[in-house]
Amino acid sequence: MTALRIADGFRRGAAVTFDVDGVAVVGHRGETLAAALLAAGFARLRHSPRDFSPRGAYCFMGACQECVVQVGGVLRQSCQVPVEDGLVVGLKGSL
Amino acid sequence: MMQADLIVIGAGPAGAAAALAASEAGLLVVLLDEDASPGGQVYRAPPAGLSVAPDTRGADERAGDALREAVAASAVVWKGGARVWSISGAFRVDAVTAAGSESFTAPRLVAATGAHERLVPFPGWTTPGVIGLAAATILLKSQGMVPGRRTVVAGCGPLLAAVAAKIVAGGGAVAAIIDLSGPGDWLKALPAMASRPDLLRQGLGWALKLGAACVPVLFRHTVTAVSGGEACEAVTVAPVDAEGRPTGGRSRVFAADALAIGHGLVPGSEIPKLLRAEHRFEPEAGGWAPVRDAFGRCSVAGLYTVGDGAAVAGAEPARLSGRLAGLAAAQDAGRLPAHVSAREAGEARAALDKALVFAGAINRLMRARPAMVEEIAKDTVICRCEDVRRGEIEAAISAGAREINQLKHFTRCGMGPCQGRMCGETAATLLARHVGSREAAGYWTGRPPLRPVPLADLLGEFDYGDIPVPNPAPL
Ligand SMILES: Cc1cc2nc3c(=O)[nH]c(=O)nc-3n(C[C@H](O)[C@H](O)[C@H](O)COP(=O)(O)OP(=O)(O)OC[C@H]3O[C@@H](n4cnc5c(N)ncnc54)[C@H](O)[C@@H]3O)c2cc1C
Ligand code: FES
Repeated sequence: MTALRIADGFRRGAAVTFDVDGVAVVGHRGETLAAALLAAGFARLRHSPRDFSPRGAYCFMGACQECVVQVGGVLRQSCQVPVEDGLVVGLKGSL
Repeated sequence: MMQADLIVIGAGPAGAAAALAASEAGLLVVLLDEDASPGGQVYRAPPAGLSVAPDTRGADERAGDALREAVAASAVVWKGGARVWSISGAFRVDAVTAAGSESFTAPRLVAATGAHERLVPFPGWTTPGVIGLAAATILLKSQGMVPGRRTVVAGCGPLLAAVAAKIVAGGGAVAAIIDLSGPGDWLKALPAMASRPDLLRQGLGWALKLGAACVPVLFRHTVTAVSGGEACEAVTVAPVDAEGRPTGGRSRVFAADALAIGHGLVPGSEIPKLLRAEHRFEPEAGGWAPVRDAFGRCSVAGLYTVGDGAAVAGAEPARLSGRLAGLAAAQDAGRLPAHVSAREAGEARAALDKALVFAGAINRLMRARPAMVEEIAKDTVICRCEDVRRGEIEAAISAGAREINQLKHFTRCGMGPCQGRMCGETAATLLARHVGSREAAGYWTGRPPLRPVPLADLLGEFDYGDIPVPNPAPL
């Protein structure tokens, strides 16, 4: 468990491993990709297209699109994608 | 395409109550939500795989369980994991589900899609690690995570204490609570808040927990900057007046890797907007709200809107307004005798009026403060998607943009993938200063898709050869 995962009161699902730009990252079933990435220390998920400024998840409810990453080569809102074994994640948006 | 008597979009307290009331009256009801289970923002269930230990379940978790059991036990056709992206005609609803694209139709539709957050921009607000205050509740409740190792919690309203207390209880550190309101504002709200002793007690519980953890609270302060490049490192705060305008007093800096900040909620009435229902600017409802009668009937025949998506008021008013719309839909469909509907609606109405006293006091704490928008610096980003700064917005207004959709075409502000949800309030407030009012500034025209959906999900698997293309006309 990392510093961000609350230890008391929650029972987590089985560990799953996914790939983030070539790095193996462990999350737990039941977590969204955005949350698992945050817990693994990936706050920055992409850069904005116009200013190339770093961005991370912001609304966690599917409204802002700031958390968009590539999952298996397809743009996905990471706050809406459940983590799964073997996901291949690229920390870049549409750029 | 599935045919129903009523489609309800959004399964928070509002939509669930509408669906249940209409279904009990005999209507065939389809209830859609992009979340996997009913509950909405306030009663959001942890996803499959994560569970909350029974001994730590609070009132919200129990209310959520009751809501989910009621939906499961009813005749309501529940469609979870269904992201509605288009609504056309009267009414065809298209959703992306695990099964691909699915369509539903019904002569009546309840829009219960809830609220989204208002946040007045400041330098550094796009830095990773800066998240919404309501967003933090999602992390805490449905992901069992704290936003950072050390979090500043800022903004206004009761979510401040709720989020900070949950972070502390979860073993995280809260660097400080930065409250736009002063102790006097809270005192003023107290008599109305006393109408809900249970919620007041919950609030006091949070305050005690935070006191015990020695979390500093800075009243009448706001966040003026976040620094750190790739991630939040420090949060600067400064004192403000009652309207949120910096007083020029001494600023302070807190080291933190996360900032949870929110300045209130805005009704997410994108469905009524998409269907061209009439709207009215209602500051006390959180912003532009669909014109509706006491039962949530909109200006478009067959369309009802309820809960925080119609007017921000919180969980209990959402449930009661949902019930009223469900009863009205059943009566309008000729399935509920007027005298039964009148009796049941009377009870819900009385309870709603009572609940709105509490909601009014909270809404005053969470009200929009246009003065804060006036103070935004020229080079601060307003539109996160397109990186449009205040200076560019002002230039477009000087160049003749007189209405918010014009402003969008001049600057691309609001044209990005969030569809203006994050910047709309700020852009319209800036424009209103020049055109006289929020009414004159207007609101973004609603357009599909309601939510972005990958094209592949809409197309599914198909072969070009299967598309019936008629032979070209002979020359
Ligand atoms: C992020 C957030 C967190 C909040 N947290 C709390 C909290 O912890 N405690 C509290 O008292 N209040 C909270 N609130 C306030 C909350 O709005 C109300 O208390 C209450 O949840 C309102 O109920 P509702 O039924 O109107 O809307 P909601 O509960 O917001 O329900 C709306 C539902 O509509 C669904 N939806 C929206 N658009 C679509 C679409 N296109 N397709 C499919 N489904 C869709 C959403 O998934 C959601 O489940 C929060 C608000 C927000 C925005
Ligand atoms: S964080 Fe806003 S859409 Fe995912």
